Amino acid sequence: MSEYSITIGTLIAIQAIVACGLNVIVGYAGQISLGHAAFFGIGAYASALLTTAGGLSFWTALPVVLGITGLVGLFLGLPSLRLREDFLAITTIGINFIVVSVFQYVPFFGGALGIGGIPRIVLFGERIRGVSFLLLSAGFLAATLAICWLFTRSWSGLACFALREDETAASSMGVSPVRFKLTAFILGTAMAGLGGALYAHFMRFISATDFGFPMSVMILSMVVLGGMGTLWGPVLGALVLGILPEVFRPLTDYRMFLYAALLLMMIRFQPGGLLGENSLARQTFSRLKGGKP
Amino acid sequence: MQLFLEQMLNGIAIGAIYAMITLGLALVYGILRILHVAHAAVYTVGAYVGLAVFSATHSILLSAGGAMLVCAGVGVLIERLVYFPLLKYPPYVPLIGSIACLLAIEELCRLAAGPYILSFPAQLPFPSFTVGGIVISSTLTAVYCISAGVLALLWFITTRTELGLAMRATSQDMAIASAMGINSHRIISLTFMMGSAVAAIAGILVGVYYNQVYPSMGAVPAYKTLALIVVGGLGSVPGAVLASILLGVGETLLIGYAGIPLPRDALAFIAMIAVLLWRPQGLLGSRG
Repeated sequence: MSEYSITIGTLIAIQAIVACGLNVIVGYAGQISLGHAAFFGIGAYASALLTTAGGLSFWTALPVVLGITGLVGLFLGLPSLRLREDFLAITTIGINFIVVSVFQYVPFFGGALGIGGIPRIVLFGERIRGVSFLLLSAGFLAATLAICWLFTRSWSGLACFALREDETAASSMGVSPVRFKLTAFILGTAMAGLGGALYAHFMRFISATDFGFPMSVMILSMVVLGGMGTLWGPVLGALVLGILPEVFRPLTDYRMFLYAALLLMMIRFQPGGLLGENSLARQTFSRLKGGKP
Repeated sequence: MQLFLEQMLNGIAIGAIYAMITLGLALVYGILRILHVAHAAVYTVGAYVGLAVFSATHSILLSAGGAMLVCAGVGVLIERLVYFPLLKYPPYVPLIGSIACLLAIEELCRLAAGPYILSFPAQLPFPSFTVGGIVISSTLTAVYCISAGVLALLWFITTRTELGLAMRATSQDMAIASAMGINSHRIISLTFMMGSAVAAIAGILVGVYYNQVYPSMGAVPAYKTLALIVVGGLGSVPGAVLASILLGVGETLLIGYAGIPLPRDALAFIAMIAVLLWRPQGLLGSRG
């Protein structure tokens, strides 16, 4: 594998982790969030600051980073208890813009220059780079998927599904919306924080513009395209949206246009996602199994 | 004092332009409950078509007419081809469709006209005034007169005509309105036409006011106007106008005096979160 495709692969794995986190919030708990890149950024900045200014290693900083992003997620999940759908969607956009401008304008966070000189991850005395970083990210992705799978099988997961389908009915059955929505927010944002930490130590230089609203749209598109609420959907979405720009790269000027047009076509003709209910993939799969289409 | 008044006048002008963009968004939200992010792309198309017609004919009236026609068409196309088939899905599906539309149209503009900032050297046929040492340029007069005229016309249409009645009925309950003999699909298309034509005017005014037309000129308004319709009360047209003018004045004064170290684009969202904590239904919205 060339250096270039390893880089693309690593970025796809990192984005898949972040997309899985968003899937917990949007797909499992049914809370729309358009500001997920903010938590990706908070994770990246927290890890970058702890390892540069704080002098910690990646591994000792990681639990702190997950704690910080989860805590911020809990705090920013609070509006979801009060606001519904469209209001929540726009509020999360707002949170994204505000977080980015804080990173950009507060000198503590490096201001417009960002943070550079982030150390590499050291594992078993080896500096992780290239293929090993790809494998490390894939390992973290596998762990994230395992946690997602366990979550859907757990009591908390079932409670989230119930709240997503009908909040009034679920809460009258004794399922606390406060407790389980916030659980989903903490879990989802901590996964974004993990992705952010990996991103910071992979790029070794971060700036606020990496985590702006376009990134949030990209992550949400991955989740929706792949199939919201499915286990593998976000990974498939990250793969498709990560590889497409590379496929279109020879088309230079037309690349972004084709990318946007294709996104539009996919959402227009497969609104449930590539792996969601009634999708082409699901229908073909059940036809192959000989069941009803 | 003189500086303060001049800042005020500029702020109101910027607010009036915001209001013309936000209006279309509020109308569409009121009727379809869709966050029409691609509205900002319609506004960009308006600026480009306006500039193209102006360079060909040197008539600002023809340019405005052409831009309004094209934008009304683009608006209806977006509604027919993207939003209408996606109405039965959860709100984030049309929202992503809308964002994809915005990106695609921005890229089309960039491919058609190049990535450069083009200038819009039009002189608007309005007089300039000097009142008590304060100069009100012809562009400012034009922004005031045109936006006041457009707002008054829209107010008249939505509250005093049969079409407006049908629009209000459709936004309250589409199924009942259809049962009462209102062709609700036609009303939706007309709403998109009106909102998009107003966005075209806003695009031309912004182009002339800043003397700049560029492909990503819609990017910041796209999200700022979302905050504005929330602050105004989702779907409330007077609320959207009030919020726009308050933001225009607030931005200009804060930049001019307070020297707040945050970019002014985050300001709309900070104001929005503050308003939501105080009045979750928005300034002029109703509960329920």
